[in-house]
Order: sequence, then C-alpha cells, then structure tokens
Amino acid sequence: MSIEIKVNGRKHSVNTSPETSLLTVLRDHLGLTGSKYGCGEGECGACTVLVNGYSRRSCIMKVGDLHGQPVTTIEGLEQEGKLHPVQQAFLEAEAFQCAYCTVGMIMTTVAMLNAMPNPTDEQAIEFLNGNICRCGTYPRILRAVHLAAERMPKGEAR
Amino acid sequence: MSERKQPEEMRTVEAIEPERYEAFAPPSYHFDLERRDFLKVVGGGIGVFLVMGEPAAALAQESGRPQFRFRMPPLPKNVGAWLHIAPNGAVTVFTGKVEVGQNIRTSLAQQVAEELKVAVDAISMVMGDTARTPFDMGTFGSRTTPTMGPQLRRVGATAREILIGLAAERWNADKKTLVAENGAVRDPATGKTLGYGELATGQTLAKTIISTDPLEPPADWTVAGKPLAKVGAVEFVTGRHRYPSDIVVPGLHYGKVLRPAAFGATLETLDASAAKAMPGVTVVHDGNFVGVVAPTLEEAEKALGLLKATWKTAPQISNAELFAYLKQNVLPESEAEEDRLRHETGSVESGMADAPKKFEATYTVEYIAHAPLEPRAAVAVWQGGKVTAWTGTQRPFAVRDALADTFHLAKDDARVLMPDMGSGYGGKHTPECAIEAARLSRGAGKPVKLIWTREEEFTWAYFRPAGVIDVRAGLGADGKLVAWEMHNYNSGPSAVMTPYDVPNQRISFHPTKYPLRQGSYRALAATANHFARESAMSELAHMAGADQLEFRLKHLSDERLKAVFLAAAKKFGWPRAKTAPGQGFGIGGGIEKGGRVAACAEVAVDEKSGEVKVTHVVVAFECGAIVNQDGLNNQVSGAQVMGLGGALFEAIEFADGKILNPMFSKYRVPRFKDLPEIEVVLVDRVDRPPAGAGETPICGLAPAIANAIFDATGTRLRAMPLAPHGLKKADPTPPAPRAAAEPA
Repeated sequence: MSIEIKVNGRKHSVNTSPETSLLTVLRDHLGLTGSKYGCGEGECGACTVLVNGYSRRSCIMKVGDLHGQPVTTIEGLEQEGKLHPVQQAFLEAEAFQCAYCTVGMIMTTVAMLNAMPNPTDEQAIEFLNGNICRCGTYPRILRAVHLAAERMPKGEAR
Repeated sequence: MSERKQPEEMRTVEAIEPERYEAFAPPSYHFDLERRDFLKVVGGGIGVFLVMGEPAAALAQESGRPQFRFRMPPLPKNVGAWLHIAPNGAVTVFTGKVEVGQNIRTSLAQQVAEELKVAVDAISMVMGDTARTPFDMGTFGSRTTPTMGPQLRRVGATAREILIGLAAERWNADKKTLVAENGAVRDPATGKTLGYGELATGQTLAKTIISTDPLEPPADWTVAGKPLAKVGAVEFVTGRHRYPSDIVVPGLHYGKVLRPAAFGATLETLDASAAKAMPGVTVVHDGNFVGVVAPTLEEAEKALGLLKATWKTAPQISNAELFAYLKQNVLPESEAEEDRLRHETGSVESGMADAPKKFEATYTVEYIAHAPLEPRAAVAVWQGGKVTAWTGTQRPFAVRDALADTFHLAKDDARVLMPDMGSGYGGKHTPECAIEAARLSRGAGKPVKLIWTREEEFTWAYFRPAGVIDVRAGLGADGKLVAWEMHNYNSGPSAVMTPYDVPNQRISFHPTKYPLRQGSYRALAATANHFARESAMSELAHMAGADQLEFRLKHLSDERLKAVFLAAAKKFGWPRAKTAPGQGFGIGGGIEKGGRVAACAEVAVDEKSGEVKVTHVVVAFECGAIVNQDGLNNQVSGAQVMGLGGALFEAIEFADGKILNPMFSKYRVPRFKDLPEIEVVLVDRVDRPPAGAGETPICGLAPAIANAIFDATGTRLRAMPLAPHGLKKADPTPPAPRAAAEPA
C-alpha cells in the first residue's frame, strides 16, 4: 500500500506496509542512508532521527505510526549548504573515529539542545546514554555538545 | 635534512597495453609490464612503485589460533603501494590498507604529504580495492604505521626527487639548488616555479624503489607529527559517506540468510513453499545454506519468517564448563606446533624452592564480542561470470581469495571494494558475509545487499578467545622476584612474556580445543596476558609489603616502559591518599607491538550496592615518533573506553551452541554513564620510528582496575569481566586461587 510521509520538508509516497520500520523506509525507499542500522531494538541510537523535533529510534518506529508527523534526518540538517551548528561542532571537536555512530549522536544532540539549550555534562550524559560509540569517543562528543550549545542560535528550535 | 640517494635510473614507458588492471593486484607477477600498463590506464604522468624488498615476517600477527588461520607466506617481492601524479597535478596513493576508524586515511596521507611537499588535502588515497590497489595482507596487528607509513614516505620522497630532477632538466639547473614546496618545484636563484602537474604533463615515467632511501628524521617533520583533522570528515557529519551497508547499485535486491538453530546444526527439513509463493522472492537453498532474496528489505524479512526448517543439533558446553573444558583439552604436542610458545630461563623449580614467599593464582577471561556498530554487510553483483563485492572487512584481498575459492573463479574474476567502514577492532577479518551475498546474488540473478542483524553479528561472527592463565611466582627475602611461571590456555601468546627482570622464568602458551568460533581482537591475547601478569604483580607487591609502582620499577630495566609508568604515575599523583570510603587506586602496564603503555585507575565501590565505578584513568603511551597527535590521542582515549567493557562487564553467555545475549540490551557495552575522567599522556620519542597505536593502549586498563578494586575493598578479582553485576553478585563461582598465597 502507499504511505504518505514528510521527510526533511518534502512529501513522499512510499509503497510499503505500515509495519515497515521508519529506518527501512528512509534508507531503502528514499535513499537517505545517513541514518544507520546498529541494533534493531532501539538500544544503540545509530538510527536516531527527529520526529516533530523529538529524537526517535527509527529502527523500532513503524512508518505507519508517524501519522503525518514530520521527520528530520541528517540529510535535512544543512541549511543552504551550511552545516548545522551541531554538525560543525562535531567536525571541529573531531568527535568520531569510524563515525558510524556520529549521525545518531548529532541527531540526538540536536533534539537535546532543542529541549535543553545549555546542558551540563550530567544532563548531556543522561540524554545521550542511549547512544553507543564503540570506538569510545564519548569525551569528544561531550566537548562537541558544549561547543554546539555555545553556538546554537537561542530560542530557535529546528 | 638528511642526505638523499640519487634516484634510480628512470625509465620511459613505451609498450602500451591498456586495461590490464587485473595484473596489479596479486602477488608474484611480472612487474615491469603492469607498471607501464598502469600509467597508460591512468593517462600518463609519474608513477612511483614500492617493491617490498624484505619478507616482512613481523606482519604475521599472533593470531590466537582463529579458525581462519593466517598462514602468512613470506611476502613476495611485489608492489606494496604506489603513487601517481597526474598531468593535472592530482596526487593519488594506492594502498591495500583500509580505513576502519583508526584514521590511517589521514595519517598515511599526512606522511606522503610530508615527503612530497604538498598539502594533505591534495592527496587522494585509494584504499582496499582489490582491482586497483596492490595486494595487502590486511589491516591488523598495528602494522600500518610502522610498515606502510615509512614505505609511503619513501614513495613520496622518491616522487619529489623525480619532480626536482624534471625541473632541473627543464631549467638546465643543478637539482641540488632546487626546492620542492607547496606542490611545486622552485629555483630560489631565479624565482622560477613549476607546479607538479606541469612537470608531470607529457610524462610516462615509472620508477621502482626497493631500498631504504634515507628519510627525513621525525624531528624535522613539518606536516606529519602535527594534529590534523580526519580527511573527509565533513562527509561523516553530513551522513553522506557511504559505508559498506549504504552501498546501492542499480536493480539492488535484499538478501536474508536462514540461520541454523545452533552452532554445528544440520538442516533436517525445509518447507519454503510460502516464501517462494511471494512475488519477486527467490529462495536459495544449497545444503545447509538457505537464504531468500526479495526486491525490498521488508519483503526479504517477511520471506525469511515464512521459511519452516528443522535442524539437528547436538549438546554443547556452556559458560559454566568453559574454563575446565579449556584446561582439559590442551592439544597434543603433535598439533598446532607453530602456535605454541615455550620460554624457559634458569630454573623455576630451584627459584621457587629458595623463595621465602610463594604465590600461585589462576586468572580467567570470558569470550567477548567486538560488536562493531556497523555489523557485517556486503553488496554483491555478478556480471559475465565475475563477481564484485563491496564489503566491510579488514582483509579485502583475503575476501577476494575466498570468493574466488568458493565460486571456483580465477582471482581476477572476483573484485572486493572496501569503503571506509563502521569499524572492526579485529573482528572483521573473515569473508562470510561477502560469500553469502554473492551466493544469494548468483542464486537470484540479481545484485544483492546483505546486512547482518545485530543478533547475527553477535552470534555468527567470531569472538575474542576465552582463556585460563595460571601464574606461580616466588618472592625473595629482598622483596624481589626470584621465579615467575605463567601458562596461558587458549587465549593466545601475545604479550605472554614478562617485561620484568626475573632470573628464573617458565612461560608457555598452550593451544586447546575451544567451544566457540574465535579470532583476532584489539590487542587480542595481550589484554588477557596483561590482566593476569599485572594483577599478579600487584598481588606480589602486596605480599612484599611494597607499593604497586615501586615494586614494578624495582624489576624493570626497559627504560621506555619505566618512562611510561612514571609519566602515568606523575599525572595521576601516585601514590595517592584515599579521601573517601570505597575508593581505590591501581596500576598496570606493559609492552606490546612495539609500544609501551601504563595506566593508573581510580575506582569508587559503593559499599551498599556493590556497584563499581571507574572514576579516573590516566594512561601514558609511547609508540615512538608521533605521526598525528590528535588522531593518536583519540585512539588511546578510545581504547580506554573500549577496555572498560571487557574489564568490567562484557561477556558472551552461551549454552548448547546458542548465544544467549546476542543484543545490546543483554550484552552491555560501555556507555556515556560508564565514562571515567580520562587523561592521556603521550610520550613522543622523535628519535624512534613510529609504532602502531590501535591496540596496545587497551592493555593496561583492566589490571589497573582490578588492582584498584583490591585497593578499595580487599577483594581480589581474578576473572574478567571483573564485576558484571557489581561486587556483591560479582560471580556466583569466582575462580579461587588454586593455593593460598602464604609464606613457606
């Protein structure tokens, strides 16, 4: 059947079952491979996207449960060719090694800063604890979070 | 700057035979011809080819007897890498090494840039493509920096000398007076400048180097030795980088493999009728191999679920019997001879007999998983009887060979490409996913993508070997070790030797039968052997009434190791006075793969809950001259985080041929909340050649934590993971020392 979804400001019609995971729709139907498969049970955060501005695990969210809510993926963060402040901060803090977790970390951080513009280390750790980095770059990710928090335009949730 | 040899005679290419890519890859080929072909294929310019002059025996990483043994043949005298300068000035380096997050795409480019005198971002690295890069054993064993790094520097230096020579010819100048800088050759006397592209235009120059041209000593490095951002980093923060699992080709279909009910199970019955009835679905069945191919991932998943199979299984051992099994199943002397390690100095018996204090203990390590965040993935395409596979692997050429073997192809009819992947940590040496994708693709007649699920990755990959390590030691009246005996069962011989001065030693690695598929890991057995030895050293220090650090220094004549122990201790403030209940401090370190590491750990043990929290880690590391400071810092820090998991809570649970915790909700890996304060001290020895850094830094942490827990609580934990459920429920049956440590 055909399902309508809105991703990064664009409407798409996808021919699949409502039971299909949002991750599969994004990656394999829409070609948005920035979001990653890591566990399939919402435990690692590699597939994190924003649904209505909140971070969601797209691997365990059924596409049929979106009910028209807009989805933002990493591909939708850049504006007019300019990196989002969180992307820029991860870049500058070199907050990755293999970087497979990076997209999920960035999306989770965007959601966090939307809700909490200036998180403490403790708050950031709490918020990001569901995201796994097997290369162990957590200290750098925390640095990137603070760097991004300093630079994010305030009161401008995206 | 050091004096350089005159470049070898340069040869101009005449005979041209296009499209002979295939000849570049395999070992033992007729080099001259391909070299010329290469320049034709790439459209002229300048090529510098590095011929491996020495059989690099050191390449054979101690492999812990994985099922896939790496029978390392001595390297043939073949090309190890090459560099091309195109008429448009583009510099491309071809190497069979792969980027898995260890940052060699950047650090290798940095070393070429250093010699060639170009900006790092002017260099493209073509890596791990069996049709375009020279043969390479694989990216493991911390060999890239010590071997490929210097080799590429030589290649870069040679290219620079060729360019200077060309400019000298052009200007009729003495080449000694010319300088290479910023991608151009300049004559300081006349101010004339020629870009590398201009110099390469109209050329078909190929040069071979074998010898060890003198290199710029590390102290003179201008580009290498500095922090440098990851090459192409913007591709990663934007999600544009295509990992193996992101590869898409026209007409792509999706595959799924039906996994047996248990290890070693054989297929009894299969009813595939419901799956076959799905439109567009192909069922591929060949012996025990059953898989499905469908136009979409969700249809493939559905088809897989519709397969009805019964399997014949056999009872197998579980965690409870693991360590007894390993001890009881030592391979007979006639088997696995090459894997054994026996070292004997003096007489342990007489040393022990004379020792007033004797020590004996057994340490164990469980099976653990690499759990790279990107599971195994492959995209396979057949065309005209040839197969191409994109896959995540640390050994693209081994995967190519395996594909050729499996499908009875000539090696050149299988091509493997390795896009920078979601890491491996020694866990992606094997070819299974690419073979499965290729099987499905051939069976269905479609290009197929296969991504292993997390459960498959946890179950059907391989594990870091479990092991039992027995230690016996004698302490003299002067508080110094007189005898040291250590026996490792199954986990491997890496770093089993002690760096400490003991007159009487017996050290052995005993290969055994083992119940789970096992293989390489970050530093492999060095983690287990360091855990046992460094725990024992602190136990012995305690027995001697000495400080953990002082006791070690008293037995050390390796100045480099001493230096890292002292550097870590200084930063940590060793010895520290306790300021809170449940607080403890420990130290551990050693030598592995040419590097020296020492770690100090502080733990806080909650007296009520038994929860163990590592609060502070200082790690000092020395691997010779530092190539990329920031990249190295990242590796060393990351190794502490990863090491924390194996030290405290990671363990594969298994029974009857099944993995019982094959998911992140059941297999705990380090998360943000586990993060201690980590301080990295890098000791830069510009007087020494660089050694690899991906592995060794992981070795010191586990024993440092075990020693800190003892310091905090008086409880000695000898099993890794140390405290999977906190201290109170640490382990229902902690492996007790075989004999109490008591004075004779």
